[in-house]
Amino acid sequence: MQISLMVNGVSVETTVLPHVLLVDMLRDTCGLTGAKVGCGTGQCGTCVVQLGDRSVKGCQVLAVQADGAEVTTVEGVANGELTPLQQALWEEHGVQCGFCTPGMVMALTDLLEHEPAPDEQAIRAGIAGNMCRCTGYGGVLRAVRKVVGGKP
Amino acid sequence: MTVAPARPVAVRDGVGDSARRPDAVAKVRGEFAFSSDLGHDRMVWGATVRSPHAHARVLGVDASAALALPGVHLVLTAGDVPGVNRYGLERRDQPVLAEDLVRYIGEAVAVVAADDPELARRAAALVRVDYAELPALTDPELALSGGGPVLHEDGNLVRHLRIRRGAMPAAADIVVVTGEYEVGMQDQAFLGPESCLAVPDADDGVDLYCSTQWLHVDQDQLADCLGLPAEKVRLTLSGVGGAFGGREDLSVQAHACLLALRLGRPVKMSYGREESFVGHVHRHPARMRYEHGATRDGRLLYVKADILLDGGAYASTSAAVTGNAGCFAAGPYEVPAVEIDCRSVYTNNPPAGAMRGFGAVQVCFGHESQMDRLAAALGMDPVELRLRNAVDTGSVMATGQRVEGPAPVAELLRRVAGKPLPPPPGTDPRLLPGGMSNSTRAEGLLRGVGYGLSVKNICKSAGYDDFGTARVRVLARGGDVLAEVHTAAAEVGQGLVTVQAQIARTELGVERVTILPADTAVGDAGTSSASRQTWISGGAVRAACAAVRARLLERAAEVLGEGAEALRLESGQAVSELSGRAVPLVELLVTEIEETAVFRHRDTQPLDPETGQGDAHVAYAFAAHRAVVDVDPELGSVRVVEIACAQDVGKAINPAAVEGQMHGGIAQGLGLALMEEVKVRDGRILNPSFTDYLIPTTMDMPPTVLDILELPRADSPYGLTGVGEPPLLSAPAAVAAAIRDAVGAALDRIPVTPEAVAAAAVGR
Repeated sequence: MQISLMVNGVSVETTVLPHVLLVDMLRDTCGLTGAKVGCGTGQCGTCVVQLGDRSVKGCQVLAVQADGAEVTTVEGVANGELTPLQQALWEEHGVQCGFCTPGMVMALTDLLEHEPAPDEQAIRAGIAGNMCRCTGYGGVLRAVRKVVGGKP
Repeated sequence: MTVAPARPVAVRDGVGDSARRPDAVAKVRGEFAFSSDLGHDRMVWGATVRSPHAHARVLGVDASAALALPGVHLVLTAGDVPGVNRYGLERRDQPVLAEDLVRYIGEAVAVVAADDPELARRAAALVRVDYAELPALTDPELALSGGGPVLHEDGNLVRHLRIRRGAMPAAADIVVVTGEYEVGMQDQAFLGPESCLAVPDADDGVDLYCSTQWLHVDQDQLADCLGLPAEKVRLTLSGVGGAFGGREDLSVQAHACLLALRLGRPVKMSYGREESFVGHVHRHPARMRYEHGATRDGRLLYVKADILLDGGAYASTSAAVTGNAGCFAAGPYEVPAVEIDCRSVYTNNPPAGAMRGFGAVQVCFGHESQMDRLAAALGMDPVELRLRNAVDTGSVMATGQRVEGPAPVAELLRRVAGKPLPPPPGTDPRLLPGGMSNSTRAEGLLRGVGYGLSVKNICKSAGYDDFGTARVRVLARGGDVLAEVHTAAAEVGQGLVTVQAQIARTELGVERVTILPADTAVGDAGTSSASRQTWISGGAVRAACAAVRARLLERAAEVLGEGAEALRLESGQAVSELSGRAVPLVELLVTEIEETAVFRHRDTQPLDPETGQGDAHVAYAFAAHRAVVDVDPELGSVRVVEIACAQDVGKAINPAAVEGQMHGGIAQGLGLALMEEVKVRDGRILNPSFTDYLIPTTMDMPPTVLDILELPRADSPYGLTGVGEPPLLSAPAAVAAAIRDAVGAALDRIPVTPEAVAAAAVGR
């Protein structure tokens, strides 16, 4: 099927099979490997990207469902400089192996856009669908608290 | 040459600072290339044909239907392996591709190369393998008793470690408790599934870009399998999406190299999550029988333990895991007499091997459950009982080895026990048992508090020649001094790249440090496991820096006209402590300086085969945990309210990174305590997905209270000890103890399921 969409502000026109997942199209067709495939069943959240104005799990959305939409991947969230969230994840040791990090960045960017002052439970709920096997979430949560309240 | 007064400025981001990760900027931008992100011109994709049977003869393989698909290039079977068709970390007992026999469900039988990953998977499904099923041996007790089929030439026993010390006391006036405990099979569940890219070279060799914990041991095995000299099998570490022991054994590496060399084209392989569950080894499931005897005032007199580990179909690291489980079966306690038998067996279950904690986790659940049971029998506080028996420096372990170096076991326990307890449960259902399922209004909740103490060896043990290699180069570039550090040590997420740079900064007084990609162009670094890399590869970096420093100071001595012994490096200068004069390093580096160093820890000895006695370990590390839980006794749901952990790290090279290891270890421990189990029935994994294999999320993880002690060792770089494993070890035991405390009943198996909790609560 022929689809056209905007990916990180760039127009993409391509032909995909109807069963191709959005995350696979982004990785294989667009060469944007920031979104990962950690589980393929919608649990781990490493594939989170922005579709329109909300984050989605890229393994739970077909590429054809993004026809006509604007998609932002982790490669497209920063305008040159790191965003405050990315900066905080770096400073607060919210990154170890980093495989979950792109999905964390996208899910938290969505959270902070829609809820600029989340409390502790709202922060946790915002990434309840993003697994991290390294950090135990300690550094990730500190980073978000720092962005929201100025201190970790 | 400029000779000037010294400017004493400490180097930034050196040893002891919470330096930021050098790779984190690329990681937060999504630009860091994991092995699954790699690509190459003319690349094709590999896929694996796997056995659906736990035990079967392979009668024949027919690949014609697969090869008839347009875009399918090649199907390889055992006969296509040019070298020795065997690999394995301790014994080479596992075929790269099965020959006439398969021993577990998921064993690789053939590999396929095709133009895209989906086509490769379809082709793999079309490869027809004829099997004759054999009776499967899936019960480790049966394997031990000699019933059922014999799975390997030397029988089904992988290893039996006997530890005997002291005389068992006479039966008078001894308080005795016995228990039987079980630990389920845990998965490392690293988030980045197995993947690699193999690129054939014009010299008939291969360049392999892969995720691993130990490049050189992969290289050794691959060279033998491929029938190539080691120098023709060159490995480079790609981005590694977590490891935790699950990347010690080969997975995709040999298959991708075989296909690439035969096709003359780059081959990529990448598992999905379901395949990953059979693509790597798991933590050994354990069955443990214990007997503890103590005086009425709570002094341990003896410990008897009989431990059985299910090693699955191939040896992997089962022998070493058996050694560890045996050595630490009695825990960090002074026990005059021990009688420990620890065995591992082959079965037709998925192979077990390394996972963070490596045998010490399973027995920790056993010995800590026993300490609580003993405390109850004595009517004694469980903390007091542990304090009364805790080892200290100079104590003798079960293997007869004297504890050298700091052993602040009692202090660690006092610290977690002394933390204020969290407030009673509130009304937010997200913080109550059942969490977001909103299943309680806090009525009838039970709160419990539990403790765990643990010990594990750091570095390799029992006579293993354990070393690391580092090459350090300093050069002048753009008016500045740059140090490059090159090792083969695997950065798997733990932060090794950060600490290597910190060590170079401190040793050389240079701020700009680059960590080169890890590859086999430099000497062996050993494995990124056993909590050893900061000690060993960190030690190697430090030693190489010392050699570089000596040459810099020689050059400075000539310029300054002073003896090198009075000079030191600081802030990019060589400084004289006598005259106060200094010379910038840039001016000493008209030609660059490069040094390579090898670092070894002290020798260890194998354990005596009859008594299990011997100085087998370089060092012991200790941790203490306190868990607080709320339990809904009707549904059996558990909310972990808080976990406190105290750990002695000798020296925190990077305090924030140490905390990161503690948080992550606690999370994996909580997972093993409550939710993580690979369920295996008749050799088949029933839950090979993150839908059914649960790992803790932000909604499961409670606040943690961390306490880091820094009691320096005399025999390690900067006094450090290993950090990675201890924060996991006693976390499951503490959580299980807290649930027992809440419901007032025995729970002898982890993970503790809601069904078990509810049943225990009813039966109390």
